[in-house]
Amino acid sequence: MYRLDFSVVIERFPELLVGAAATLGLASAGIVLALLIGIAGAAMRQSRHLLPRLIVRGFVELIRNTPFLVQIFFLFFALPFAGVRLSPTATAIIALGINGGAYSIEIIRGGIEAINRGQTEAGLSLGLSRVDVFRFIVLRPALRAIYPALTSQFILLTLTSSVCASISAYELTSVAQKVESDTFRSFEVYFTITAIYLALSWLLMTLFGIIGRRAFAYPTA
Amino acid sequence: MPTFGPDQLFFLLQGLKWTLLLSAISFVGGGVIGLLVAVARTSGIGVLQLVTRGYIAVFQGTPLLMQLFVIYYGVALLNVATDPWVAVSLAYTAHASAFLGDIWRGAIQAVPRGQSEAARALGFGYLARMRDIVLPQALKISLPATIGFSVQLVKGTSLAAIVGFVELARAGQIISNLIFQPLLVFGIVGLIYFAVCWPLSLLGDRMERALAAGAR
Repeated sequence: MYRLDFSVVIERFPELLVGAAATLGLASAGIVLALLIGIAGAAMRQSRHLLPRLIVRGFVELIRNTPFLVQIFFLFFALPFAGVRLSPTATAIIALGINGGAYSIEIIRGGIEAINRGQTEAGLSLGLSRVDVFRFIVLRPALRAIYPALTSQFILLTLTSSVCASISAYELTSVAQKVESDTFRSFEVYFTITAIYLALSWLLMTLFGIIGRRAFAYPTA
Repeated sequence: MPTFGPDQLFFLLQGLKWTLLLSAISFVGGGVIGLLVAVARTSGIGVLQLVTRGYIAVFQGTPLLMQLFVIYYGVALLNVATDPWVAVSLAYTAHASAFLGDIWRGAIQAVPRGQSEAARALGFGYLARMRDIVLPQALKISLPATIGFSVQLVKGTSLAAIVGFVELARAGQIISNLIFQPLLVFGIVGLIYFAVCWPLSLLGDRMERALAAGAR
């Protein structure tokens, strides 16, 4: 009968915590990149020309319908082929940004399209400047409308970052794989870091909730 | 040195077969358990709701890769000789049951309460009410999200490659290591996934629009 032994995990717990911090860093960088791609892509989708709209649409469909694992492998080999030499961790950030970006484009686009044109016109007729109309009447309600979808996408991105261990990026899962190969305590190690991931996603959920309540604390229509 | 030819393509398609089989098994198994989860989650019985709520939260709050690792190595500890197949299928079935359970929980709650109340007033028991009144309507509401999840599931089975299960992504790794043309191989692997997932995504989008139009 196998006896569970968590002592090795406890012994190397500090290492795992550093790995968890690395995961948060990796995910944060990925989230920033995903947001930039999301905003740029959503703007391109509003273009009057067909070509930019088509390019964005193709990008979104391609990324959403292929596995992240295949995307990160492709990028891992494609970047050096294109003459770009980056560390596995930097490659992972780009892969996470591209993947999260494709989902963000769709979410942000939905938010922009949900704002009724009549609201802009009403704002202008009340004497607000164009900048103020955009800031207070278009952008904030649009952001508030998509905030829950966008933040759960970011939590998903953080969880997906575990796959970056497959190109040996430095984060929680790759640290766990090292501890596992040193100790052969596969179940104990992965059980523990699963709990750490759960704590991370709860932490992010709470954090996003607090930010959301502060930023959007005004009554709905 | 071999290049990419019919033999290599055939090997990838063999991998695709396992990808589709694993997806189908987990979708069906996850669907059966997920239905139980959804019904328990909306049962109004405190303990059942608490347990299923926790079950869903754990699967939604942890990486799929970790769920796979924990169940894969957990099954290995049980000291019963099992095929890796069984462990991997179990992991994906559990994963699918939590996500489908939550999707269907939402759909059940989206069926107007009056439907259930009217059925009760007409003398329907709980089982008949669920089977004949609530679940058929919930099924219709949940279809776009259910199809959307099936795409996630097909893509998710690629992670089984990391525990050495030879499905499409792992088959791609093997070929890539043999012929040293990773861009070509992973490009083709990506296209094969796309060919499977895109039609499903389009179907889901179309159903979502139809449902939204019907609700107006």
